[in-house]
Amino acid sequence: MADPMHQFEVTKIVDLPDFSIPGLGTIDMAFTNSTLAMTLAAGLIVAFFAAVTARPTVVPGRLQMIGEGVFSYIDNLTESIIGHEGRRFFPYVFTIFLFILVMNLLGMFLVFTSTSQLAVTATLGIMTILLVLIVGFVRNGAAMYKLFVPAGVPWYMLILVTPIEFISFALRPVTLALRLFGNMLGGHVALKVFAGFVVSLGALAAGGGLGLLAIPAAGLSLAGVVALTALEFLVAFLQAFVFAVLTCVYLNDVVNLGHHH
Amino acid sequence: MEAEAAKFIGAGLATLGMIGAGIGVGTIFGGFLQGATRNPSAAGGQFTNLILGAALTEALGILAFVLGLLILFAA
Repeated sequence: MADPMHQFEVTKIVDLPDFSIPGLGTIDMAFTNSTLAMTLAAGLIVAFFAAVTARPTVVPGRLQMIGEGVFSYIDNLTESIIGHEGRRFFPYVFTIFLFILVMNLLGMFLVFTSTSQLAVTATLGIMTILLVLIVGFVRNGAAMYKLFVPAGVPWYMLILVTPIEFISFALRPVTLALRLFGNMLGGHVALKVFAGFVVSLGALAAGGGLGLLAIPAAGLSLAGVVALTALEFLVAFLQAFVFAVLTCVYLNDVVNLGHHH
Repeated sequence: MEAEAAKFIGAGLATLGMIGAGIGVGTIFGGFLQGATRNPSAAGGQFTNLILGAALTEALGILAFVLGLLILFAA
């Protein structure tokens, strides 16, 4: 059976000279298939929205309708979770949602999924949590400690609650990165495994004799591949959406610290 | 027992953690459907909360899955 992990191998397309930062070590600057997929995703988003906004009309056409739909969907999301200040964080949430969505969808069409690389998802997770920390400290200053000390909790409970709140906050970037990575990796491995079944069972059936019994099993695997492909398209959207929602929720925690709305 | 065999058994055992995530996500969607069939007009507004809860629960299953991968490929 074909190796299901082979599709996640990062290969160099154009080898560029290494870039060295004193004190940090060298960085391999090679243009890999992962970089290609990400560049393509970014290019597609820019091209799509350039096409959408090229000839804007008061009564939107089909293309403009799609673009405006995506735009207002995320706009409503930030507004409903963060509140009236949500619009200030809309550009970041919208960018990260589109980038992840297009990378996930490209993974369904190309051979490579950038979001199945932990390095990529970890970068996105770290970016998000850095934004949360910066916004939190700029807005609240030292009052950031309230994040770990929920209001209205008696002091003897705080001994227990504060460490739990702190650990759960520290784990946010980790789970953010691992959720996207694990979902995309797991889904694509399952797809490849089922596709491998079709081929190996088909080869068994081609041998004739008792091997012909493998034909229904191969057909079942093929149906499994089709169903999983549909599921993966759903997961591709859902994971981008979840990342956007969680970014909003974490931002809301520090933007509206201490007062619920 | 060979170390290689123990590794595979360990990876399989690690993924058992996904059972809990499966039960959890099932409970969330079950609860949502119960609420949604009783009050369909309020169902749409809770979609974000539904996905959020499912994602947070699922993360723990994904942790188990990643642990299995780590045992298989990283150690």
